[in-house]
Amino acid sequence: MTVYLSQSFTGISIGAVLLLIALGLSLTFGQMGVINMAHGEFIMAGAYTVYMLQGPISDAGVSLLLALPVAFLVAGAMGALLEWLLIRRLYARPLDTLLVTWGVSLMLQQLARDVFGAPNVHTSSPDWLSGRLTLIGGEDPLTLAYSRLFILGLAVAAVAALTLTLRRTPLGRRMRAVVQHRDLAEASGIATGRVDRLTFFLGSGLAGLAGVALTLVGPIGPTMGTNIIIDAFLVIVVGGIGRLRGAVVAAFALGVLQAVMEYSTTVSVARVTVLIAIVAFLQWRPQGIHTLRTRSLA
Amino acid sequence: MTSTLTRWRAPAGYALGALLLFAVAPALLSDFRLGQLARYLCFAIVAVGIALAWGRGGMLTLGQGLFFGLGGYAMAMHLKLTDAGAGQLPDFMLLYGDTSELPWWWEPFRSPAVALAAVLVLPMGLAALIGYAVFRRRVRGAYFAILSQALAAAFAILLVGQQATTGGTNGLTNFQGFFGFSLLDPVNRRTVYFLIAAVLLLLMIGVRQLFLSRYGELLVAVRDSEERVRFLGYDPALVKLVAYVLSAGTAGIAGALFVPAVGIISPALIGIVPSIQFVIGAAIGGRASVAGAVIGAVAVAWAQTTLSEEFPAAWTYFQAGLFIAVVAFLPGGLVSLRRLLARRGPRVAEVPA
Amino acid sequence: MTTPDEPLKGLRITDLRVSFDGFTAVDGVSLTVGPGDLRFLIGPNGAGKTTLVDAVTGLVPATGSVEFGGTELLGRPVHRIVRLGIGRTFQTATVFENLTVLQNLDIAAGAGRSPAALLRRRKGVPDAVARALETIGLTDRRGDLAGTLAHGRRQWLEIGMLLVQDVQLLLLDEPVAGMSHDERAETGGLLRRIAEDRTVVVIEHDMDFMRTFASSVTVLHAGRVLSEGSVADVQADPRVQEVYLGHSPGEPVAAPAGGSAGGED
Repeated sequence: MTVYLSQSFTGISIGAVLLLIALGLSLTFGQMGVINMAHGEFIMAGAYTVYMLQGPISDAGVSLLLALPVAFLVAGAMGALLEWLLIRRLYARPLDTLLVTWGVSLMLQQLARDVFGAPNVHTSSPDWLSGRLTLIGGEDPLTLAYSRLFILGLAVAAVAALTLTLRRTPLGRRMRAVVQHRDLAEASGIATGRVDRLTFFLGSGLAGLAGVALTLVGPIGPTMGTNIIIDAFLVIVVGGIGRLRGAVVAAFALGVLQAVMEYSTTVSVARVTVLIAIVAFLQWRPQGIHTLRTRSLA
Repeated sequence: MTSTLTRWRAPAGYALGALLLFAVAPALLSDFRLGQLARYLCFAIVAVGIALAWGRGGMLTLGQGLFFGLGGYAMAMHLKLTDAGAGQLPDFMLLYGDTSELPWWWEPFRSPAVALAAVLVLPMGLAALIGYAVFRRRVRGAYFAILSQALAAAFAILLVGQQATTGGTNGLTNFQGFFGFSLLDPVNRRTVYFLIAAVLLLLMIGVRQLFLSRYGELLVAVRDSEERVRFLGYDPALVKLVAYVLSAGTAGIAGALFVPAVGIISPALIGIVPSIQFVIGAAIGGRASVAGAVIGAVAVAWAQTTLSEEFPAAWTYFQAGLFIAVVAFLPGGLVSLRRLLARRGPRVAEVPA
Repeated sequence: MTTPDEPLKGLRITDLRVSFDGFTAVDGVSLTVGPGDLRFLIGPNGAGKTTLVDAVTGLVPATGSVEFGGTELLGRPVHRIVRLGIGRTFQTATVFENLTVLQNLDIAAGAGRSPAALLRRRKGVPDAVARALETIGLTDRRGDLAGTLAHGRRQWLEIGMLLVQDVQLLLLDEPVAGMSHDERAETGGLLRRIAEDRTVVVIEHDMDFMRTFASSVTVLHAGRVLSEGSVADVQADPRVQEVYLGHSPGEPVAAPAGGSAGGED
């Protein structure tokens, strides 16, 4: 019994990571429909921010906490720049956006290799995140790593902040207006170009946060983005376009499924099973995946 | 007069291509360089399928590595078993394996007929299954691209995880013979090159005919407005499925030919990155034209080998930069330059959507 | 390919209902369009005209019954309904812009082709396509890309695509919106000719156009049938005048918005 409980907790912590890396995409992909393959490299930029800050600031705890806002700004700025340079010219061609941003991701990986070297680098975790919280003691204990709890907390905070931003702030209202009816928004005086760039800034900034979180659970390297970007997109695809709640549910569902499958089989078989489950799920519920406008099919 | 010119341009192009591949290249290139060219031509075969599925059908197949790998492993398993001899285990299984028995799913690949059939049946069958499920539910565009990419990634991960039976990260390598001919003999390796060149040309001609057929026109129609085609009484899912399955088949053939030509098949050749590399060549050359995709694939693969040896970092920036520039500002690829320069109207359906 | 000798079929809609997320767009519509009729479907914005056509062509799920020549249509997938001889156009003309006029028509004519026929090249111009080119007046432009056609001609091409499909029932969604006066007249003539051996339903906002060419009219309002009959009957119906605000009884019904400038959007 404890085994299943502990696997579920593992699943939830995998889900929290998935949610963090997918959260930025729920803005850029979910709201704007842009497939940004360089999103993974923005995550990488966030992770390297922690590594860079640990040079001058020796206290791991301080540098980690400081890295959160810095990584957000760094990754956000990269995103806004990418939007301004390339993506805004390609809004009508989603598939080409995917390919172009993949080219950008190749460049950023090479840049990371040139600046930080090809091998993975490691950061030190603060002491207060190194222990484990014991939920059930005894012979068959159930414990949770504090670092995982931190990630979970960060994910929850990010979701809450994003929800508030979308619902309560003028920027959020403008973003939703632009998503729902671009021409109308423009006609009512909203600078849609600026809103697009800000949305991209926020989404990419969230990728930076995810990168900070990832330093707690794995190594930092030039290819770290490639390995997680597909998972992040799958979370959004399963969750349904433009729905924050869908992304949250999907992230945790996929995390738990992965953890349970890993326990009963192997990591690789688990990944394949999760994918097959996703394809099967899309058979049953393709909503959010296609939209059909009948008045004009153009 | 222009119509005669147009009519003979394509056959003349193919004749020139054949001349280059069968006479000029073998005469000028060393055995080593010819072997490299054979490798590039395998990528070009994949690009032929990409031109069909993506250029004409609008399906961005980011997971062709999956089908390339299926064809490659089917062939490699057969060669491994033949090398080992009747009743024996392939060498790598003796190395990592804890069993003295051949896994049941290896057994059928002893038969050359089964292995050759599997090169086509496995990729095309799997593509039919995936495609039917995905197209029927109208999953398309970026969703399809991401899903196909995820499948290629999953396949690579699965192979890595099963080291005892698939060779894991190392893949399958060290092939001695190819259907009774020794691969150590340079003459036989040249023959493999000729085989690949012939297959490439035949597939190019076949796919070009398909472009010119009514099906080719229908495929463009589906690419541009799937719903409209539905209202003409066609099932667009089936139209797309045919192109997707055929492109999977060409990738499978390419994988199978890659094995004797290069001497290895491994997860690193079929995962996310190589799968996108397949698309890069086609995109730079010209996604909607068979010749463009093929020339692009060969050029990119050649440049990668030549330049990345000397300037690995600079090459990555250059390749990525060229790719970004072409996709963003010249979606028809480099072949469309000629048309732009000639200031002629775009030819029917060669302009990508 | 069916021959024109086949008896014309009529459309019978009984108690059709369509709702989206609690909003009922079509609320129990029953109407019959007789064989060979040229029926105009009018009504203010949001009356459910396009939704009705969507339901008939299988694009949105609906309850009730839609029969064409005695065959039930509801519950069939779109392409099966098309194969029963029902074709439609959309408010925005959708033709395949990267294909020529001829290729557009050839694809429309070919839904019944065998796989083997599809894999061959097209040789010459099929008879049905040649006839349709003649009818829609685009014979001399058959080699042009459809994307280069002007708006009005695209609509004709789209109608031509329905003709080569040999549909028995044409459902046209605002075919003359955005057309010039001359183009409207030509389109009207085209519709008359087509209705000689087919059943045609036209959604339209242009009342002048409707008065000139309709054989019969159905007025929809808030998802229900408000009035039905000949042009004169409908114009005399006080309820219709009520709906088109600003027209007291006795005054003829005029175009609700913009008159000859064309329909909504």
